[in-house]
Amino acid sequence: MGHESSVPLFWRLIKTRYQLIGTKCTTCGNVFYPPKYLCPVCRKEGKLEDIKLKKTGKILTFSIVRSAPSGFEKEAPYPVAIIQLDDGPKLTSQIVDWKEKDLKIGRRVEACFRRIYTDGKEGIINYGLKFRPI
Amino acid sequence: MKVAIIGIGTTEFGENWDKNLRQLAIEAGTKAIIDAGIRGRDLDAVYLGNMSAGRFVGQEHVAALVSGELGLSIPAIRVEGACASGGLALRQGLFSILSDQHDIILVGGAEKMTDLMTDGVTSSLMGAADQEWEAYYGVTFPSLYAMIARRHMFEFGTTREQMAKVAVKNHHNGSLNPIAQFKKEITVDDVLKSTMVSDPLTLFDCSPITDGAAALILCKAELAKKYVDDPIYIVGSGQASDTLALHDRRSLTTLDATVKAAQGAYKQAGITVKDVDLAEVHDCFTIAEIVATEDLGFCKKGEGGKLLDEKETEIGGRIPVNTSGGLKAVGHPVGATGIKQAVEIVLQLRGKADKRQIKDAKIGLTQNVGGSGATAVVHIFSR
Repeated sequence: MGHESSVPLFWRLIKTRYQLIGTKCTTCGNVFYPPKYLCPVCRKEGKLEDIKLKKTGKILTFSIVRSAPSGFEKEAPYPVAIIQLDDGPKLTSQIVDWKEKDLKIGRRVEACFRRIYTDGKEGIINYGLKFRPI
Repeated sequence: MKVAIIGIGTTEFGENWDKNLRQLAIEAGTKAIIDAGIRGRDLDAVYLGNMSAGRFVGQEHVAALVSGELGLSIPAIRVEGACASGGLALRQGLFSILSDQHDIILVGGAEKMTDLMTDGVTSSLMGAADQEWEAYYGVTFPSLYAMIARRHMFEFGTTREQMAKVAVKNHHNGSLNPIAQFKKEITVDDVLKSTMVSDPLTLFDCSPITDGAAALILCKAELAKKYVDDPIYIVGSGQASDTLALHDRRSLTTLDATVKAAQGAYKQAGITVKDVDLAEVHDCFTIAEIVATEDLGFCKKGEGGKLLDEKETEIGGRIPVNTSGGLKAVGHPVGATGIKQAVEIVLQLRGKADKRQIKDAKIGLTQNVGGSGATAVVHIFSR
């Protein structure tokens, strides 16, 4: 990301990033991940609560990053994808443990815990979920 | 709604290594002031579109920087909406005239990008996407648009050749435009065989990193003829937003913000899409032009590729798109792009677009997008 940031920027999202915890609005029933702080459907009538999501989903679209941003130079080339979780929400992440045939729309994937990148001079190692074919 | 454009100015677009941000902005602004035949002291305000001077050159507070360099103590306002900053500055400038706050204003856009190394530019541009939920995972702008492209291919059968034709067309148009960063014609083969940046998009599918500035002088419609014989009028303006993250959107192949902004602009101008003679659209990547032509209503959803096969968007076609060369060939100094689009439409409507001239052009449109589609702004111009 090219930041030279202090750790809270990354640590405050650990719970949701590591454990795939999203939010569910008990008013409209919609499930959100990444989590919302306000239900965009019900707004002030909405009531959000944490929900642990299933780790599985499918690839909606993908690409392979060959010209990487700061912090990711050593990783390139790497596949990125928009994944729709079986619980509904869509998210962006990387695909790992893949073969050419796995990179296709509709491919089933599951979340796995991985190092994402190392930030700035302080060398903060950032972790999160990537997705592997199942 | 009717506000006049009485002056235009641009720098050359490209790697202007010998010019800094303030020189670029002053050069474009001065040209526009001279073109309008006004004096600097006639100006009531400056609106400046700029996305990321803070990250590109370490400078914030750039609107006052520009007004100060112009020797003016009038209100100066920076407007930011990522790559749509220029279009948004234009819209804010419009409002200031329509609300009777100002009579004559300078609306500019400027960006100095090449002072950073490429990975720094790539990272800075990611500020237009969702930092915590897209950039964190190593996604780049080429890869976001590549994912739109892949999905468009999947849903509608759009081909790589059709995307390449956007680049070929826009490079051809750019070869006719003296300010363009790229004035060289290319072939479909050149595009398909160039370096892969983010599958399926190659280097020639991407707009470049560019330095440049563009400026307009706007004034109340009733004052325009006092200064120039051929004012061009802005007759419609629409803007809409969507989620910052591409994955959060209703569709991965339609920019709902563009659809909504266009509807607003058409309605305000009292026209339909059939009345539009030409358009400058936000082709930051080739697929973006295909999606834009669909979302603006130039063809049915999914048929943007076919428009290219049938040469309908070429100069001389049914609805010429990006006669300037677009972001692809003219270059994409992010904050300046929205203003440069307006400059091209003004040239066309004045009948002064030289070899790029669309015969008898009466109504032109600009579509300027921020990020992967979280901001869209559409303007309609008339003679």
